[in-house]
Amino acid sequence: MVRIIDRRFDSKKKSAVNRQRFMRRFKHQIRRAVSDAIGGRSIRDVDSGENISIPSKDLSEPQFQHGEGGVWETVFSGNDRFSSGDRINRPPPGGGQGGGSSASNEGEGEDDFVFQLNREEFLDLFFEDLELPNLVRTQLAQLVEYKSHRAGFTNDGVPANINIIRSLRGALGRRLALGAPHWAEIRELQEELDEKREALGEDHEEVQELAEKIARLRARIEAIPFIDSYDLRYNNRVKVPKPTTSAVMFCVMDVSGSMDEEKKSTAKRFFMLLYLFLLRTYERIEVVFIRHHTIAKEVDEEDFFHSRESGGTVVSSALVMMRDIIRDRYGSGAWNIYGAQASDGDNWENDSPQCRELLDATILPFCQYFAYIEITPGEPQNLWREYQVLQASHANFAMQRIENMGDIYPVFRELFKKSLI
Amino acid sequence: MKRETPHKPLPANSEWSFELIDAYHKEIARVADDFGLDTYPNQVEIITAEQMMDAYASVGMPVNYNHWSFGKHFLSTEKSYKRGQMGLAYEIVINSNPCIAYLMEENTMTMQALVIAHAAYGHNSFFKGNYLFRTWTNADAIIDYLLFARSYIAQCEERYGEEEVELLLDSCHALMSVGVDRYKRPAKLSMAKEQLRQQEREAYMQSQVNQLWRTLPFQETRATAESERRFPAEPEENLLYFIEKHAPLLEPWQREVVRIVRKVAQYFFPQRQTQVMNEGWATFWHYTLLNKLFDEGYLADSFMLEFLQSHTNVVMQPPYNVPWHRGINPYALGFSMWQDIRRICEHPTDEDRAWFPDIAGSNWLETFDFAMRNFKDESFVAQYLSPKVMRDFRMFAIEDDERESKLRVSAIHDDLGFRRIREVLSEQYNLGNREPYIQVWNVDLRGDRSLTLRHHEHKRRPLGKTIDQVMKHLARLWGFTVRLETLKPDGSIELLQEARIERRDP
Repeated sequence: MVRIIDRRFDSKKKSAVNRQRFMRRFKHQIRRAVSDAIGGRSIRDVDSGENISIPSKDLSEPQFQHGEGGVWETVFSGNDRFSSGDRINRPPPGGGQGGGSSASNEGEGEDDFVFQLNREEFLDLFFEDLELPNLVRTQLAQLVEYKSHRAGFTNDGVPANINIIRSLRGALGRRLALGAPHWAEIRELQEELDEKREALGEDHEEVQELAEKIARLRARIEAIPFIDSYDLRYNNRVKVPKPTTSAVMFCVMDVSGSMDEEKKSTAKRFFMLLYLFLLRTYERIEVVFIRHHTIAKEVDEEDFFHSRESGGTVVSSALVMMRDIIRDRYGSGAWNIYGAQASDGDNWENDSPQCRELLDATILPFCQYFAYIEITPGEPQNLWREYQVLQASHANFAMQRIENMGDIYPVFRELFKKSLI
Repeated sequence: MKRETPHKPLPANSEWSFELIDAYHKEIARVADDFGLDTYPNQVEIITAEQMMDAYASVGMPVNYNHWSFGKHFLSTEKSYKRGQMGLAYEIVINSNPCIAYLMEENTMTMQALVIAHAAYGHNSFFKGNYLFRTWTNADAIIDYLLFARSYIAQCEERYGEEEVELLLDSCHALMSVGVDRYKRPAKLSMAKEQLRQQEREAYMQSQVNQLWRTLPFQETRATAESERRFPAEPEENLLYFIEKHAPLLEPWQREVVRIVRKVAQYFFPQRQTQVMNEGWATFWHYTLLNKLFDEGYLADSFMLEFLQSHTNVVMQPPYNVPWHRGINPYALGFSMWQDIRRICEHPTDEDRAWFPDIAGSNWLETFDFAMRNFKDESFVAQYLSPKVMRDFRMFAIEDDERESKLRVSAIHDDLGFRRIREVLSEQYNLGNREPYIQVWNVDLRGDRSLTLRHHEHKRRPLGKTIDQVMKHLARLWGFTVRLETLKPDGSIELLQEARIERRDP
């Protein structure tokens, strides 16, 4: 006798625990692989999962084994040319198992162990220990908006919400229920009436009486109202608080002549990280790209990173534009606003104090966070000095210098380090 | 093929259904019974591909304790499966009573029938009959024991921390291959007994260990002759057993965990020794049972074509000179050998009469039963590998001596070479030769309490690079310095490896 059991709907992911343990155990190696991986990615595909490879020797499970050497005698199949006593050359080491390689086949493969991290795991590892600054306001803002959801039916409500099917179904049930005893009685009486009419004839007194009784009962049934106020059912809707899930990110970049492709690509990496980081917290993010030399312009991503301009630099032009866009499009208070500015620090001398004032008075008060990175190998310039004043007075303003590509990640971590308060 | 009693064929849908599985199973069971296959009751479980990967990762068992290494196996299985580099095995079968066979939902009806014949009748009867399985494993108790192990280890994790337990398991896993009794007969497992005895054992073992060390200082003055005495008196081949019983510093729960790993290692030991026989046996029976059903008219031609295609893939033996050669395919060798034994019984040639006087012309079912019950790969090949199979496989043996510049063909499939090839192949399946032979040799009772292992070198084969890691694991379990020395064939002894642990206050 056989027992056939369908296990397909049993708990899946039995190995999930073991997988987690594996991840925890090799966190160090995995994290290193993750930060290597980010170096080689472009802004568009950074959002997917990642193949992580770890040298397999790091995660081997050692056992007592034979090494290579000594005498081994092994049987093979498919002899097509050998006779006893033949001497043949050793196959080149590492080349195919065929050709009579009788070295120990128990040696560990030296290849890397490669496996796939899904997007969440990848980002979690990537942004581990990082925290979005100033989440407080976002959480308060969460209670402001409500969304109306269906939630079954209720007995009262406004006429516009009457659910006809439900109401009529209720009415039908009520009519059946209230009428049922009368119907039963009618059936009994009807039988009696038929018998009597047969026996006594149509005009007999008893027959008349029964017919009248039936008529009275029918009238009572008729009197049951077709629909009553009890029957009414209303669609129920409840309000569910809707978390604020929208954020806008301003990418402000200097594209003057001194910003070469390499600096721009460094900036791009930085914006990319910020974007990914925000994506973990917010469902929807709008990105506004503003580039500037002496005048600012709002552009799409392609233009932002790839077109080249030349000329002088007036940083305040971009900040003015950012201020205006915030006021026009994102002024409702429902938006979490993040700003990131990248520049080589070169600015028209008289403009820098103006930038500081703009940020101080009209931008920082509306921003969750504003990060400035200066991409330059040289000495800090006037803009940096002006901004340093801001750093002291605003907690939501941060600035860092990046000298080369390798600094991006550490700097990013520095900017968004989990605060211990 | 002539069909004597044509039956209405079973529906040959490629989609399976529970009714169809039941119908096919009924016929397969009937034919298996005609051939006298003795099996545990069957339990067929339908699972998804993902569950199959889960089962892979926990070495095929339906329950197992948690450990990162299973996660690692899961990841690598998942990766190769998703990339299409690997099909999942059609089946996993568990040596338990009732015998659990997994069918994957993606498979066609033909494959399900093949798996039922292969696993639920082939493997199942082998598990029930073969002496190794009868001696070493207890089909009635294994699932219960694993449940016990899982909850015990989970408890330990709760009490002593996941990390602590994980490190301990790592060390135990490193010694798994030398954690089995190869010759001694084991006690049967029983869930109830295990639990009952576990606590007593904890207390008792701890007291024993303490005793061992406590008396030491007083023995300093005894006669020196006695200090020559080794401990253990006889070398111990089961390292995990020795650790469990004698490691001085382990806590009782740690001993229990060592024991669990040891029991699991022991449970899988027979499987590692009967691959050719067991897979060959199961393959022979799925082939024979389904062909019988076809002859009786139950199976449609389309069914047979699909079945034969899978079967042929399974028993393919690539020759030595193609890149996908991976040595002798145990399915191919096993299947050919069982087929050949049947041929020797039914249609012996003169050669067979000379080589196998006992079985040539005998009743094949009886011969099969005897062979299945009483052999393991090593002895099975030594006993039954016939010249015909060696010729069919065109076998040849290569000797690789690192001192020689060239390889030597030591034997081929001719009259002079048959016995040599058979000997070499049998040796190849001898686990004792394949794995290094290592024993617990001595504990320095009155000195630094160091533990010395002895490796018996065989044919100048050195130990691999992993030993230093294994020795570190061993040192962690033992708690004091451990050494590994090699006994050369000429009788000299060489210290190979030493993992030191210094302790002021044990």
